[in-house]
Amino acid sequence: MDSVTSEQRRTLHSTADNGLKIVVVGGFGVGKTTLVRSVSEIRPLNTEETMTQAGEGVDDTAGVAAKSATTVAFDFGRISFDAHNVLYLFGAPGQERFWFLWDRLFSGTLGAVVLVDTRRLADSWYAIDRLEHHGTPFVVACNDFGGPAHTPARIRGALDLADEVPLVMCDARSRESSKQVLITLVEHLRTVVAPAVRPVPQPIPEPAP
Amino acid sequence: MSRGRPGRDDSPDRLYTLTGGRSRAGSDAFDLVTLVVSESDPVPGMQSEHAAILRMCRLPTAVVEVAAGLGLPVSITRILLADLHDTGRISARHPRASYRLPDHDILEQVLVGLRNL
Repeated sequence: MDSVTSEQRRTLHSTADNGLKIVVVGGFGVGKTTLVRSVSEIRPLNTEETMTQAGEGVDDTAGVAAKSATTVAFDFGRISFDAHNVLYLFGAPGQERFWFLWDRLFSGTLGAVVLVDTRRLADSWYAIDRLEHHGTPFVVACNDFGGPAHTPARIRGALDLADEVPLVMCDARSRESSKQVLITLVEHLRTVVAPAVRPVPQPIPEPAP
Repeated sequence: MSRGRPGRDDSPDRLYTLTGGRSRAGSDAFDLVTLVVSESDPVPGMQSEHAAILRMCRLPTAVVEVAAGLGLPVSITRILLADLHDTGRISARHPRASYRLPDHDILEQVLVGLRNL
């Protein structure tokens, strides 16, 4: 019998077999790591990926030490749900030059949270554009930095956000608030996925005259 | 994390030493969240990184956690994992979710899991 101790939380159950991904995207200092830390069962860890930019997947770079490479560092946290499923949360740099890495690193992600600072909305334009282009479902979460409050309508307008993309306010320092952001994302994913799986109830058509 | 970050600060030469000169794994078998499990114990004479991976993965451990634990870039970690996988010293549990169509049941399980946090 496994006893539930704090140490136990640091390792996964021996039956864990399904890793899931959610990516938190945002500009520098917007609170990505704070959000990850709020919900993660482990202290967020940092690692990095090195990739060649041009010719990735085309050139055979094996043994070519001089090939120029770019390194991107990212944070991640973890939530294990049950004996099988474990969710990894990745804090991804939103800067434009990292995005070719993002596509590869986070392929297979369930969806994304775009974390924005309402004082610097323009920082998120590129990330949102890229996610839309990529077809990755996402929600937008405004991290509350105590600045002047903006109405959701104004934020939507400034971000040119499609109506179906959920927009939520959050405090990334709060576990409950960060949890709610993730729930909003997964509920959104469910609506995106649902039509392919089961028919959505349609309004009854007007009877033909 | 008391040890340094060889991947970032040292000469790249060191990384090529670790991987016998290779700069990428033979396949994309290891996703960031592929869970790795040791199938054997370290043996004397084994490359220290290989031994460290086998100790680290006695319980399932994601590729990205292995990389963070080793203090090495993910790409280098993948090559080391491929070595161990090719010789049957580790097994890999790959993510079931496929791009663009997360399974409805999986989403339900994630939702339940999040609500129970």
